[in-house]
Amino acid sequence: MLADSKTSSDWPEAIYSTLERFEVRQVPYVPDAGHSRLIQRVLGSSTMRGIPLTTEEEGIALMAGAWAGGQRGVLLMQSSGVGNCINMLSLIPILRFPFLTLVTMRGEWGEFNPWQVPMGSTTRGVFELSGVQVLRASNAQEVPDVLQAAAAQAYNALTPTAVLLSQRLIGAKVFTK
Amino acid sequence: MSKANLLNRREVVSALLANRKDVVAIGGLGASTNDICAAGDHARNFYLWGGMGGAAMIGLGLALAQPKLPVLVITGDGEMLMGLGSFATIGLQKPANLSILVLDNERYGETGGQTSHTSAAADLVGVAKSCGIADSRSISTMAEVEAFAKSVHDVVAGPRFANVKVDSAEVERILPTRDGTYIVNRMRSDLGFAPI
Repeated sequence: MLADSKTSSDWPEAIYSTLERFEVRQVPYVPDAGHSRLIQRVLGSSTMRGIPLTTEEEGIALMAGAWAGGQRGVLLMQSSGVGNCINMLSLIPILRFPFLTLVTMRGEWGEFNPWQVPMGSTTRGVFELSGVQVLRASNAQEVPDVLQAAAAQAYNALTPTAVLLSQRLIGAKVFTK
Repeated sequence: MSKANLLNRREVVSALLANRKDVVAIGGLGASTNDICAAGDHARNFYLWGGMGGAAMIGLGLALAQPKLPVLVITGDGEMLMGLGSFATIGLQKPANLSILVLDNERYGETGGQTSHTSAAADLVGVAKSCGIADSRSISTMAEVEAFAKSVHDVVAGPRFANVKVDSAEVERILPTRDGTYIVNRMRSDLGFAPI
């Protein structure tokens, strides 16, 4: 039980280990609080390159180029950024490259900011309409298994996959005066 | 409409790819992809038929994956304007083997010739330079195109950017394959990667 709780609190490390195991090399990201620990881990990595973007759609084109050049990538973003990607997502079925994205959710589970709710509510639908399968991790214990499944189907079966990391997992953001 | 003092896009692209050796060439959505095909179909040509604004980022992903390979993005002003942020992303990564060249005819040729922002306001060389791409130049002669074509093979001194003002004359449409999976897998095969 002790081992479980240690593992579960360290879910960003579990994600990192999975990406390492799948030989992911390029990690485009848009700065995000929920991904901050993973981003720090990637920026300190000797095998992965963290690539800050100005907008999420850049990451999809980048991953297409990475694949043409023989490398795998993973895109880290927030639910609001999914809306920035829609047209660029068309590259995935056309070019048929392995696509995995890890999305930290806003606009659910105790959200305080109404402006996050519209995109947070439609994230799953946007992905599914765009041909990307959606898996979800709602608590820390299930992160390793969900990541393993997502990476396997994305990289081995060329099945475009998004993992939604729920706001319950990350912790609802609170701004207080 | 074409101005006599502007370069011809097909001549520019032919000069860029005439002695390409191992260069990977990525075209933008629109005429630049046709120009690359017109210079000769090649396993290392990446033709973009969609995903407007993504050409430079495809170039970055490829350049980072293959740091010893010269990667040349040849795109248009409209396509580049849609991905201006990628200048900042590239300026931060500074891939030494990446070159980007914009064929700037100051208009959207595919959609009826509407003028683009470069015709009156946007200076792409200034944008690229101020985003950290130190080697950013404006090109107006074929001699400068030839010099840029040579520098593309240098994979330690980049990234570099060039903006070439070209005329907006209609040219024959040379359409490459539209099969994206074929385009990528042909590229991967040529680079030595087996199918999954």
